[in-house]
Amino acid sequence: MSDTTNSGTHAGPATSSKDIRKELRGLLYRSKTFIVGMLILAFWVFCAVAPGVVAHQDPAAIEPSAKWIHPFFKQGHLLGTDRRGADVFSRVIHGAREIMIIAPAATIVGTVVGVVLGLSMGYFRGPLDDILSRVIEALMSLPVILITLLALTALSGGRLTIILLIGFLFGPIIARTVRAAVLTERNLDYVRAAELRGERSGYIMFAEILPNVFGPIVVEFTVRLGYAVFTMAGLAFLGFGTEPGSPDWGRSIFEERSSLLSNVWWPSMMPALALASLVVAINLVADAVQGMIDR
Amino acid sequence: MSTPALEFNDLQLAYMVRGQAREVLRGVSFAVQPGETYGLVGESGCGKSTAAYTAVRYLPTNARILGGDVHLAGRDILSLDKKELQNLRANDVSIVYQDPGQALNPTIKVGLQLMEAYQLLGQSKHDALTNSREILRKVQIADPESVLGRYPHQLSGGMQQRVVIAMALACNPQLIILDEPTTGLDATVEAEVLDLIRGLRDEFGTSVLFISHNLGAIRAMCDRVGVLYAGKLVEEGRAQDVFDNPQHPYTVGLLRCLPRHGSRKSAQRLETIPGFQPLLGAPLPACVFVDRCPLATEKCRSVAPEWTQLGGRKVRCHHVDRVHELVSSALPEGTPSTVDRSSTPMLVLDGVSKTFHQGGQAIKAVRDVSLELFAGETLGLVGESGSGKTTLAHTVLGIHAPDQANTITFDGKNLKPGTRKRPADQVRGIQIIFQNPDSALNRRHSVRRIIGRSLRRLAQLPHSEVDGALQEITASVRLTERHLDMRPSQLSGGLKQRVAIARAFAGHPRIVVCDEPTSSLDVSVQAAILNLLGDLQHDRDTSYLFISHDLRVVRYLSDRIAVLYLGRIMELGPAERVFDGPHHPYTEALLSAAPSVDGDTRERIRLDGEIPSAVNQPSGCVFHTRCPRRLEGDLCSTVEPPLTPTPDGGVIRCHIPFDQLGGQPVALRS
Repeated sequence: MSDTTNSGTHAGPATSSKDIRKELRGLLYRSKTFIVGMLILAFWVFCAVAPGVVAHQDPAAIEPSAKWIHPFFKQGHLLGTDRRGADVFSRVIHGAREIMIIAPAATIVGTVVGVVLGLSMGYFRGPLDDILSRVIEALMSLPVILITLLALTALSGGRLTIILLIGFLFGPIIARTVRAAVLTERNLDYVRAAELRGERSGYIMFAEILPNVFGPIVVEFTVRLGYAVFTMAGLAFLGFGTEPGSPDWGRSIFEERSSLLSNVWWPSMMPALALASLVVAINLVADAVQGMIDR
Repeated sequence: MSTPALEFNDLQLAYMVRGQAREVLRGVSFAVQPGETYGLVGESGCGKSTAAYTAVRYLPTNARILGGDVHLAGRDILSLDKKELQNLRANDVSIVYQDPGQALNPTIKVGLQLMEAYQLLGQSKHDALTNSREILRKVQIADPESVLGRYPHQLSGGMQQRVVIAMALACNPQLIILDEPTTGLDATVEAEVLDLIRGLRDEFGTSVLFISHNLGAIRAMCDRVGVLYAGKLVEEGRAQDVFDNPQHPYTVGLLRCLPRHGSRKSAQRLETIPGFQPLLGAPLPACVFVDRCPLATEKCRSVAPEWTQLGGRKVRCHHVDRVHELVSSALPEGTPSTVDRSSTPMLVLDGVSKTFHQGGQAIKAVRDVSLELFAGETLGLVGESGSGKTTLAHTVLGIHAPDQANTITFDGKNLKPGTRKRPADQVRGIQIIFQNPDSALNRRHSVRRIIGRSLRRLAQLPHSEVDGALQEITASVRLTERHLDMRPSQLSGGLKQRVAIARAFAGHPRIVVCDEPTSSLDVSVQAAILNLLGDLQHDRDTSYLFISHDLRVVRYLSDRIAVLYLGRIMELGPAERVFDGPHHPYTEALLSAAPSVDGDTRERIRLDGEIPSAVNQPSGCVFHTRCPRRLEGDLCSTVEPPLTPTPDGGVIRCHIPFDQLGGQPVALRS
């Protein structure tokens, strides 16, 4: 409280932005949803980076004689084995890597595309905005997975293609959010002041407006990340982007789902649970961040 | 004595902000007697709105009552349960907020909203409709039937506020709380709304708690006033006594900050109150005002002053006997105007018009405006909202293109529309100070970056010289080094406006458009900003195009004044003459509408109705539909009067000969 005593001089309101940021961060750290979400997320990031530390067995090691071992500490297989006798636990752990690369990369591509589109539409408005808005609405009326499937059938289904595809499909959705935020900012006088200084449009969009719409962009990024995980898993389930036998979750669910008929649930259910935990974790973090920004 | 309509007893209230209690009301006691109008004045952050909300216990969830009580018509409202509280709000008390646009639901017709207020009281649909019609007539809405069927956005601000007041009256309350009811309105509309409230109060015998930072409005409305400072009442008494003969150093200072008695920048600087109001929740010195008080002694720091009774009024000060020492003798001289009108004018507008096309309609916002602005001169632009003053300023800035090209000349050269098409010296030459610094400053940029960017862009300084220039410009707007690394949110309103001024002056502009630069500021801050603008103009020979609806402010700073109505110049001339007369009937009405802190002795000139739409402008003289001095016969309604030169070098647009125009020195002078 010592800095409030100098009110006789030129002191304005005394809370510094550093303090405010610190307090907000403190609130974030105290939020249970944020902590739980972050812990799960951190676990999967760690698995993606160093799966060998968590699961000691080779996920590719096949042992046809030891297939369909029941989970939970039977014969050294924590989560049992699948139809080829591979260890389900280490397959789930190693399976995190692919999704943890593709989903964030695709979301980053989508965010960059969305921010550039949204800033331009919101700032310039006029015919550019009208045309792009209609195109985006048309795109959004089609299911993402359908367009991706069509595109992937036409193109080669490499990792980069998937990243770019999901990215470009998410871009317009993010653009709409950014555009809405920019429209509000654009009417503020600081934008007009910049125009009256003769600033270029690029400077006004990226240096003046962008920092002020950062909040919605962060929220949109976290939400889209959750969707990207889903989309990616869906594609893998349909056989795109992964090699047969890869430990990827979507792929595993696809390959092991027939075992369900034989009452062998664990080889497909375990990766499904992993997938669910990741999506839930991302959404928990997204909620907490959104709550913080809305404050 | 009968039970007061509203009574605060030593109320202490705090807001919990991030786990800390920040005290807002620090022991407030006052009472509103039945039929009385009680005014609460004070600068922003003093707690006056919180007091209003406490009276109906309509507080945010983080508010904590720390002590004291509030009685409404004898009932302790802090102990009521939810049901009783709802009953009380429905039947006994109403509240009218500052922004009528937000108080009305934009998707529901006015009639249904108004009827709802009656239906809540248990009336049938039929009765509610009859009563709604009746109440609209009471708030002087000429055509209730058509207003009932309209949506709020189809009504003007003044009409909306009338509807809100009508809703507040629906339950025939014992107490109405008015929280800055006229702040967003034009002076002419404000005067009408105040008249209306006064009339209704007398008719219904309602008690009124009137909250405003507009001292003139308080003076015009209230029987008694309380002056609130940092959550404590410092002076209370009859409005007339408090305003004519203030006894607390804060009240004295507040009243002296206003440009009054026709004061001009050339004659004297405005008085200011140094320092800042204590922050919410900051530990207070014994006397809340001690840090800014010229009379403060050791005693003021150690002993909290109790009320000193002074025959019907009370003052919270140890040194009531020394208040007369607070004379405004030490005021530095003003800055004599050095406008050379024989030189070439800096800016020439020659028949500038601006028409907007919207939905197939032509909105003639500015019509055939010609004027000149000389170096170092301030030209005040005055008129109600919708008169085209902002459009005119925006056209000069290049935000809109005028209807005909080549009608604006700046420094001898033609001024192109569109800022980006202008050469650098024209861009740098005309800058603007906006009304609201919150919107005008990028909240993510530091002060250093905001001003520095302008220095690089406008003054085109290389990196090495920016720091030096930054020091110089921040010093000239009286900001200090430590403000440079702050964000706008960390600065008070006055400091933010200084940053905006520094930014406008960074490129050494020849002309600065000041668009209501002080209307979002408190009076004491306003005085400091006006002084600063005067100094900067004197030092740099800058011309101002000064827009404001506060006529005292315009008069203080302006050398010449242009009065606009429906996009036309009705009158242009030296500030003294335009204010003291002879002046245009419209100017006369504008001047007469502004409530004065010195009390109104004259009869107010009423303007009937609202400013007509710019789409269907009246024939003949555009002002004839509202003109109190319209001539007999149909000259005014058929022939548009030409702009006639006046002996002092100005022009006036009226059929009445110049020497027969109104010349009453209005109360602004008093």
